[in-house]
Amino acid sequence: MTTTQFPIAADTDESAPSVFDRLHEWVVTVDHKQLGIMYILFSLVFLVIGGIEATMIRLQLALPDNHVVSAQAFNTLFTMHGTTMVFLVGMPILAGFANYLIPLQIGTRDLAFPRLNAFAFWITCFGGLLLYSSFLTAPALFGGAPAPDVGWFGYAPLTEPTYSRGNATDYWIIGLIITGFGSIAGAVNIATTILTMRTKGMTLGRMPLFTWITLVVQSMILVAVSPLTASLILLLLDRSLGAHFFDTQAGGSAVLWQHFFWVFGHPEVYVLILPGFGFLSEIIPVFSRKVIFGYPVMVAATVAIGFISLGVWAHHMFSVGMSPAANTFFAVSTGLVAVPTGIKLFNWIGTMWGGRIQLKTPMLFAIAVLVQFLIAGITGVMLSVAPFDWQLTDTYFVVAHFHFVLVGSLLFAIFAAVYYWYPKATGRMLSERLGKWHFWLFLIGFNLTFIPQHFAGMLGMPRRVYTFLPERGLEIWNLVSSLGVAFQVAGVACFAWNLIRSYRRGVVAANDPWDAWTLEWATSSPPPAYNFAQLPVVRSARPLWDLKHPEDPDWHYE
Amino acid sequence: MTLQAADTISSIFAPVSTPAAKEADLAKMVLVLSAAVFVVVAGLIAYSVVRFRGRAGEQGTEPPQVYGSAQVEAAWTAVPVIIVIVLVLATGRVIHEIQAAPQPPNAVEVTVVGRQWWWEIRYPKLGVVTANELHIPVSDSGVRQPTFLTLESADVAHSFWVPRLAGKTDLIPNKTNRMWVEPHEAGTFLGQCAEYCGTQHAHMLLRVVAEPPEQFARWVEQQRQMADTAPADSGAAAGRRTFLKTACISCHTVAGTVATGRYGPDLTHLMSRATIGAGVAPNTRDRLRAWVRNPDDLKHGALMPAMQLDDEQLDQLVNYLLTLR
Repeated sequence: MTTTQFPIAADTDESAPSVFDRLHEWVVTVDHKQLGIMYILFSLVFLVIGGIEATMIRLQLALPDNHVVSAQAFNTLFTMHGTTMVFLVGMPILAGFANYLIPLQIGTRDLAFPRLNAFAFWITCFGGLLLYSSFLTAPALFGGAPAPDVGWFGYAPLTEPTYSRGNATDYWIIGLIITGFGSIAGAVNIATTILTMRTKGMTLGRMPLFTWITLVVQSMILVAVSPLTASLILLLLDRSLGAHFFDTQAGGSAVLWQHFFWVFGHPEVYVLILPGFGFLSEIIPVFSRKVIFGYPVMVAATVAIGFISLGVWAHHMFSVGMSPAANTFFAVSTGLVAVPTGIKLFNWIGTMWGGRIQLKTPMLFAIAVLVQFLIAGITGVMLSVAPFDWQLTDTYFVVAHFHFVLVGSLLFAIFAAVYYWYPKATGRMLSERLGKWHFWLFLIGFNLTFIPQHFAGMLGMPRRVYTFLPERGLEIWNLVSSLGVAFQVAGVACFAWNLIRSYRRGVVAANDPWDAWTLEWATSSPPPAYNFAQLPVVRSARPLWDLKHPEDPDWHYE
Repeated sequence: MTLQAADTISSIFAPVSTPAAKEADLAKMVLVLSAAVFVVVAGLIAYSVVRFRGRAGEQGTEPPQVYGSAQVEAAWTAVPVIIVIVLVLATGRVIHEIQAAPQPPNAVEVTVVGRQWWWEIRYPKLGVVTANELHIPVSDSGVRQPTFLTLESADVAHSFWVPRLAGKTDLIPNKTNRMWVEPHEAGTFLGQCAEYCGTQHAHMLLRVVAEPPEQFARWVEQQRQMADTAPADSGAAAGRRTFLKTACISCHTVAGTVATGRYGPDLTHLMSRATIGAGVAPNTRDRLRAWVRNPDDLKHGALMPAMQLDDEQLDQLVNYLLTLR
């Protein structure tokens, strides 16, 4: 292995700035790396808040006829948990990773519109704070709920003023409209950057897979979040100005809202999970010491998922009384999603096959994703079988299914990504020992919590119930599910401690600690403000492989 | 009337009715296929991790780089495609069998109206109105007699779900949905609202009593009687006066009286039902009194207000309600 590398500028020595100056810098920065880190820290704070809400939900449901929280408080908890995890954790943390990594991976100095980037972060942040300020202000009015309790899906007409008094629902609407503007601004920015600012030699076919997936995801955000924003504005008109779009008492349509919401909501699921696939497509090759198997097929599968995901929304609505033809159409389109996602899974296995797998913490999380996503995919296919779905929809089976997607796959992939890129962002390695504690505790806790929920659902337990009756065979599944939370909390505590401790006392990271192949590893850890002293020129999808193996570079084979 | 014993297990894999049985059969086929896929793919993952785990002596050398293979990609594209085609064909057939089933002329017709947080149940052809407990005939294998439900909502979206009888169909305002059930054995089957509908979604419970046709006919006959007779007992008579003079009558109906409200459950044959508050408590004197005194105590957020009756009025009113058999 040669030590050839792209030129890295030495850090210019500066006198240490005061605390005020440093805070001021974080507030006014337009640097993609700082904004990326702010997005991620913001999301981690809300991950803890959403996690506390989930813990209270599981405390209440640990036993039948339990009274930890009231019915209304429980409804607020699951509404805020869902809204928080989707809009204030999932979306911004992935925006953060894209922000941080995309300019580094494509060999440029920043996003296309740095000031728009700062705007997108701050408006997302303020949208989240506005949503939560509902807890401080709303309860005084008309005996309404203190915070939104209409579900994260806000089905009409429960959101209309007749059924949702007070202003909590208005906080929910306006909070989501504002974070939605942030998502759209970010999507425009990141997609433009990928399309126009790649370094010399980086054709579309040589982009790292994470960059490819991000391009697809940001395009999907434009298509999916805009209808949500429009629908929320219609709902706001209903509530504030007496419009009747979804007001069934005045002839409005409840089903229309469901269509509008899921036209956003289903692509949204892929907006969240695809970046997780992106992380895996970077991490699995590096820790298997092999090039990704079937790069062009992986790209094609990503684009196929993006397209198919726009035509499956009504599989959330098999029980609303659509015609047999419509139900069949959406069963078919949903089943089709299994094909490209299956291809992805097989290509990851193909990458590991014949490799030299190193079981470092990022790879442990990635392997767990493979198995847990397999389960999520299989239960997803079950739900696509509409007559089976008539029994399963709106039960705990669905809760288990999508937590296998969003926690078992996405959150595990995010943990893998944090362990993988933390050295790049901070210049320190995370502790492997704490990382393994984190991994095993969270793996056990996650599966204890969510495997039993499949069975509770098949035994007839609906979702969104604040309590359940004894003697229906549901006690054991709910109790085990709640016990799993303790392990998850312990795992997250290890993670938090690892993040904090390693920042000061972790092993100093080299520029390329994992012996990886994409451009972010070609600059210093952490990278300078301008990323690269001299913009790199690439000839393949693995420029650092080419440098390290000049005798056998990738561009011989691509 | 005592609380009817109900089989409390509501597993979707213990169907007693035609649509639920078709769904369970399809589900079992899907589960078998799924298990096979899981075993194969999880096995491949486990094998790769164990077999290709890096060993200490190999540091610094890289394994052969394999960029892909068109044949292999084609193979693992084709297999999922075939599985999906099989599933889709089976799915389409069952969708059609259930949704497009014709209604036989002797089918029982019931209209179910979802309300926050109880079920209004009407038999338009039989002239029967009740709440929260749906009585239907068992369908004989000789002469089929399914029950066809018309589903509506008076307020927000709800979903009708009795797992052992059929999958869910939503009750949506401004929309009329249809579904059918056809139980083959007698019993009381439990269900509940499956679409989030507000504060007491968890206590919008449903009981379906499937009974032999003769017994069902007797139940219909009994429900069509006038239950309200001027009570002999003076306390009950006073309770009746209280009932008819307060706002009770704005929301409740007792056939044959001035009470014709429809916002709350029909009370004409209140005592023929096993539970009150949409299943939140057994229909006993004690619980009934607690409910009338303050519904919020039993079901927090219930839309029925406490009527601020004193103890004597409460006793009299409950005595009257107990006569509504």
